[in-house]
Amino acid sequence: MSKFKKQKKELPAISTASLPDIVFMLLFFFMTVTTMRETEFKIKEPVLPQAKSTKRIEDKNFVSTIFIGKSRDASKSGDLIQLNDKIAQVSDVKNFIMINRVGKSEDDISRMSTVFKADKETKLGTLADIKKELREIDALKIGYAASQISKE
Amino acid sequence: MAKRSAPEINAGSMADIAFLLLIFFLVATTMDIDTVISRKLPQKQEPGSPPPPEVKEKNIFEININRNNQMLIEKKEYVKLENLKVKVLEFLDNGGGPGNNNVGNCNYCKGGPDGIVDLSSSDHPNKAIISLRTDRGTSYEMFVAVHDVLGQAYMELRNREAMRLYGVTFDDLLDQKFNDKENVELDEKIKKVKDLFPEIISEVEPSSN
Repeated sequence: MSKFKKQKKELPAISTASLPDIVFMLLFFFMTVTTMRETEFKIKEPVLPQAKSTKRIEDKNFVSTIFIGKSRDASKSGDLIQLNDKIAQVSDVKNFIMINRVGKSEDDISRMSTVFKADKETKLGTLADIKKELREIDALKIGYAASQISKE
Repeated sequence: MAKRSAPEINAGSMADIAFLLLIFFLVATTMDIDTVISRKLPQKQEPGSPPPPEVKEKNIFEININRNNQMLIEKKEYVKLENLKVKVLEFLDNGGGPGNNNVGNCNYCKGGPDGIVDLSSSDHPNKAIISLRTDRGTSYEMFVAVHDVLGQAYMELRNREAMRLYGVTFDDLLDQKFNDKENVELDEKIKKVKDLFPEIISEVEPSSN
């Protein structure tokens, strides 16, 4: 009888005690590697052009981003500008930069730059209007955002 | 009464909590790092300020892009995007005469395609200006593509000079700097190479016709 009993003995359950550790490790990996999605797009999400000779942005705290793209409504043509999470006009750009400058020292202001994240179908006229505004308030450092393609 | 040991806390749901957090971060964050082509705008011109100094025609490389994204260089030649880089390199690397700030002739320039200096092209890299004129209807994609080519041309020349002076490419110098921000020695090297081929790109305000 005792022989029978032995054969019926179940396999021990696999221990899941280390599962939380594994998942936490994954969690920390993603927390460090990714960045928060900052803005919600009110315009159609811009498709960036591609380029090879791009540089990484050094410090995001010194960057103001201007989004340019098409309307979500496909029947409307023309380029729209989005600042933070609102659709804005060219004349709002000055204010936007000024607000970003608040509380920064003279030295930091000179390090600040403006990055255009524009859809590749944007017309340069829109961009030129914004650049004119930027020149008037001495925000001279600009960057054209592009997705990097490999160098070779 | 004997001390009763506290019952063990059940950690079975820990995994669920961690999974929940993990999924939150997967959804709420993005992986991509922003990369940009950085340029500088010209200072605003105060009314009544002295006009900018005259620049010799031969020191300006003019690129015109029309509203159909076609490109004309030096007012006489249509080029395709893939042929632009060679033309820009020839222009920048010409070294036909003395440069600004009394640096004398360009002794590191390699001249045109066969090493011949073209007297009707630029004098010195620090005098060579690339002027980019666009139309209001030009597409941003084309504009960035041209800026990219210009960036690549400067990068190629700077890589060559960094290789000659320090045995590493300019790209590597910048990478080292990115990982070691306090390094003053690297700063000096980068500045020196940059000064050999300074990026002078001027964007002309677009016309609307």
